[in-house]
Amino acid sequence: MVRSTVLICGGTGCSSSGSAKIKDKMVEEIKAAGLENEVKVVVTGCFGLCALGPIMIVYPEGTFYSRVTVEDVPEIVSEHLLKGRIVKHLAYDETVKDNEILSLNDTAFYKKQKRIALRNCGVINPENIDEYIGTDGYQALGKVLTEMQPQEVIDVIKASGLRGRGGAGFPTGMKWQFAANQPAGKKFVCCNADEGDPGAFMDRSILEGDPHALIEAMAIAGYAIGSDQGYVYVRAEYPIAVQRLQIALNQAREYGLLGKDIFGTGFNFDIELRLGAGAFVCGEETALMTSIEGKRGEPRPRPPFPAVKGLYGRPSILNNVETYANVAQIILKGADWFKSMGTEKSSGTKVFALGGKIKNTGLVEVPMGTTLRDIIYEIGGGIPDGKKFKAAQTGGPSGGCIPEKHLDTPIDFENLAAIGSIMGSGGLIVMDEDNCMVDIAKFFLEFTVDESCGKCTPCRVGTVRMLEILDKITSGNGTLEDIDKLEELCNYVKSASLCGLGQTAPNPVLSTLQYFRDEYVAHVVDKKCPAGVCKNLMRYVIIEDKCKGCTACARKCPVGAITGTVKQPHVIDAEKCVKCGVCIETCKFGAIVKQ
Amino acid sequence: MKKKPTTVAFKGTHEQELELDRLIAAHKDDPGALMPVLQGAQEIYGYLPEEVQRHIGLAMGIPFEQVYGVSTFYSQFSLNPKGEVAIAVCLGTACYVKGSGGILDKISSILDLAVGETSRDGKYSIEATRCIGACGLAPVLTINNEVYGRLTVAQVEGILKKYM
Ligand SMILES: Cc1cc2nc3c(=O)[nH]c(=O)nc-3n(C[C@H](O)[C@H](O)[C@H](O)COP(=O)(O)O)c2cc1C
Ligand code: SF4
Ligand code: SF4
Ligand code: FES
Repeated sequence: MVRSTVLICGGTGCSSSGSAKIKDKMVEEIKAAGLENEVKVVVTGCFGLCALGPIMIVYPEGTFYSRVTVEDVPEIVSEHLLKGRIVKHLAYDETVKDNEILSLNDTAFYKKQKRIALRNCGVINPENIDEYIGTDGYQALGKVLTEMQPQEVIDVIKASGLRGRGGAGFPTGMKWQFAANQPAGKKFVCCNADEGDPGAFMDRSILEGDPHALIEAMAIAGYAIGSDQGYVYVRAEYPIAVQRLQIALNQAREYGLLGKDIFGTGFNFDIELRLGAGAFVCGEETALMTSIEGKRGEPRPRPPFPAVKGLYGRPSILNNVETYANVAQIILKGADWFKSMGTEKSSGTKVFALGGKIKNTGLVEVPMGTTLRDIIYEIGGGIPDGKKFKAAQTGGPSGGCIPEKHLDTPIDFENLAAIGSIMGSGGLIVMDEDNCMVDIAKFFLEFTVDESCGKCTPCRVGTVRMLEILDKITSGNGTLEDIDKLEELCNYVKSASLCGLGQTAPNPVLSTLQYFRDEYVAHVVDKKCPAGVCKNLMRYVIIEDKCKGCTACARKCPVGAITGTVKQPHVIDAEKCVKCGVCIETCKFGAIVKQ
Repeated sequence: MKKKPTTVAFKGTHEQELELDRLIAAHKDDPGALMPVLQGAQEIYGYLPEEVQRHIGLAMGIPFEQVYGVSTFYSQFSLNPKGEVAIAVCLGTACYVKGSGGILDKISSILDLAVGETSRDGKYSIEATRCIGACGLAPVLTINNEVYGRLTVAQVEGILKKYM
């Protein structure tokens, strides 16, 4: 009889820190202890707290072990699994209070979360369809096919207020209605799993942790609009996600949940995978469809909209992974249940990938309308190392930087747009006082310049001009006129570009200009980078009083820029220094600073 | 995206060509097969030599210009062979704000090799990648698919030494 279950995260984050080896060791130790019939080991998708990976949870106690190493495994087996004694020193410290071990759900990280799209992530084995079925999986598809008309399905989705989670927030039910209204014939259901925002991993975690949720929802969409063929366009850089999705598709076919005559209702539907090849613009809907056709993924003007003329010229819908991940739950629990969460215009929840200068990097799902402050400080645990918060970036290369004064804005699609950013797909990167906002703007613009497909001039040429100006500013050669010129260019590129990539590319620049103009001014007027990031604007100097003359830095400097005699303060020759930063790291006395 | 064609001579084997032909045959009737075929070919050869792209074009009845247009459009396709020690540093946002730019500079200076290039002897290559999805471990780099996370500039030398 199974009396304990050990969940080990097999998401990309934990896999990268070696969770597969931990699982092997666990299985080996359990066998050695003769527990193989009593303890079950399950590899799951992402639990969300990637910062603490590799992660292991032992049930029935729900003990949360963090940063587990292969060496820790024997102790967990002999103490916890064999003798029932929780290994306190390996448990996540937030769960250890006095002498009690708290449930994970009571920790600050999980308490304010509401998991719908992520409900199965880190809970079930994504490679076993029975576990999905065990948590009401494929019930919604059954209900839809046997009890509902396609129009009824669309009506429920419309009533739920579900909006696209891929960035633009378009009402999903309306999109489905357009496609359903087209004359019967070949139609396509597509899923955008290209996740182009660098630094976001919500969709990947859903694919890795709960792939059947996507498959079920796409079949429901197929029934609603009258399509028998789906495509998932997924990043090739996500090998684990691709593999799990492939396994899930095969299992669904085996169970008759994909293919011909599903549930004996005469409804046919199947799904094919297409791997993206690393082009950000392919996240744009018309480009994505062109790419599935095997061509260069360039956008085309709309109208015609894909709902009328999409993939292979046929009516098609495209939705984001997280959008789909809500669908089955809405069908089962009803539109009112979904509407009861979130704000008036943005119902439900949103998944965010927390990253950057934040303690609990990882995945969180919160009701729409939660404030950034709650996400960053309560759930995210705040900024590490006692540093000061500077900005939160949402929406990736299409979004903006939000300053401290807007942290109490309840986030939904409208509010984020009003403060100069966008919801985007859910990347949320926190920056502290050590990040230079001009440098960040330049970072995103380098990305856009690289990713512009080149089809239209405002984007192709305009973004390059903008980058040139930013280069000039960060290297200390900018003027106040350059800042004005930059702003002008932004507005031009925004209004004249063909697709969303160009239209949103200026956002990181515009929002930093709006909230952090003083940093731009410091770069051009004082020729200083306040955060000490822009290399050309800073110098490495040794503070005389602090230098003990240990000579450590002089020995490490790759270009011999540091001179001085033993036990005497050293100096850096600014002419020779290549600003590599090695000396700062070498100095044990904190005597070297960037200015 | 600008891509530099390689200067390394093509050294394909007969086995590789057979495998490529099997791959092309398997996709014969799919519409939109060019991408999956190029992806498969890159797995076989490690990169996409011009000779291979010509072969694919001929076998699939697609003009070479179109094949080349596709292979140069997508950043995943590499026209250059990777080094035996293929180093990739993540420059995704989460890694960048945590200083992956400095790590990349450091590697580049240790190996005296520019980002995006392969050393003449074919031993090393350095690449800047976009988010590999391990943002929780930022900043990260991979060497031949082994992931190193929570890095500091100071650790770089020690990691590289393992491969020298
Ligand atoms: C340049 C560009 C990149 C995009 N990247 C993505 C992406 O990576 N993932 C995504 O779901 N949507 C992306 N979108 C939005 C899609 O075009 C589309 O609106 C979305 O996938 C529709 O699904 P939804 O309504 O469920 O959000 C991108 C749009 C643009 C203009
Ligand atoms: S806006 Fe940029 S990415 Fe979009 S079509 Fe024009 S050039 Fe291509
Ligand atoms: S920053 Fe680098 S080059 Fe400059 S003094 Fe320090 S160690 Fe030498
Ligand atoms: S940004 Fe580097 S792994 Fe995501």
